[in-house]
Amino acid sequence: MALGDDIFGVHGTALALRSQRLGLLASNIANASTPGYKARDVDFSSALAAAERPGANVQAASDANTKFRVPLQPSLDGNTVELSTEQTLFAENAVAYQTTLAFLNGRISTLTRALKGE
Amino acid sequence: MGQPMNIFDVAGRAMSAQLLRLNTTASNLANAGGIAGSEAEAYRTMKPVFRTAYDKATGLATVDVAQVVTAGAAPTKRHDPSHPLADADGNVFEAAVDETRELVDMLETARNYQNNVEVMQAAKSLILDTLKLGR
Repeated sequence: MALGDDIFGVHGTALALRSQRLGLLASNIANASTPGYKARDVDFSSALAAAERPGANVQAASDANTKFRVPLQPSLDGNTVELSTEQTLFAENAVAYQTTLAFLNGRISTLTRALKGE
Repeated sequence: MGQPMNIFDVAGRAMSAQLLRLNTTASNLANAGGIAGSEAEAYRTMKPVFRTAYDKATGLATVDVAQVVTAGAAPTKRHDPSHPLADADGNVFEAAVDETRELVDMLETARNYQNNVEVMQAAKSLILDTLKLGR
């Protein structure tokens, strides 16, 4: 385990996964009117658990836990993007990303304070 | 494209695709009811064909316009000998653009474009916040 992992705990991995999920949800929103497109999403908690295992990498963990979305109401053109769902999850994920950033910032300022001896 | 796809490519290319769709809708509406002297010359409704573009390296997907096709009903033949464009038999051909459908399409395009703008704004502010980490 690298030094950064000890300092930042789970938050570094969580930030990378949140960023990956942000991209996936953006892909779903981008393809809202593409016939036949199947919406995908990362199962965040299982992806995080997989990424936390020793020797795991974030991209592989997120790929392994990416699943197709089951639509509430299937559409005729085969597209499974439901904008209400995608936009809610996108907003939720953006807030969670900012929360992780706040945790990281807190950790950094704690360390800075300790180093300065204030 | 050599570079791996990022979230700005995803939203940006989707915006271009939606803009092209808006352009075809504008052309269709502008030519609604347009008259021509033969069936071949008459305007036909244009529609873009959207296709998903996957990026294997990052798992992201954006949308491109694969082609623009003509779709919808054939031009309506109308007997109007006094019309200056009428053919030898006195017929003119009127573009059969479904205006209601075009207007609905326009609304959907505008909504989708807006959604992509919002995605881009959210991504931008998150990236800027990340850059300020530790300051």
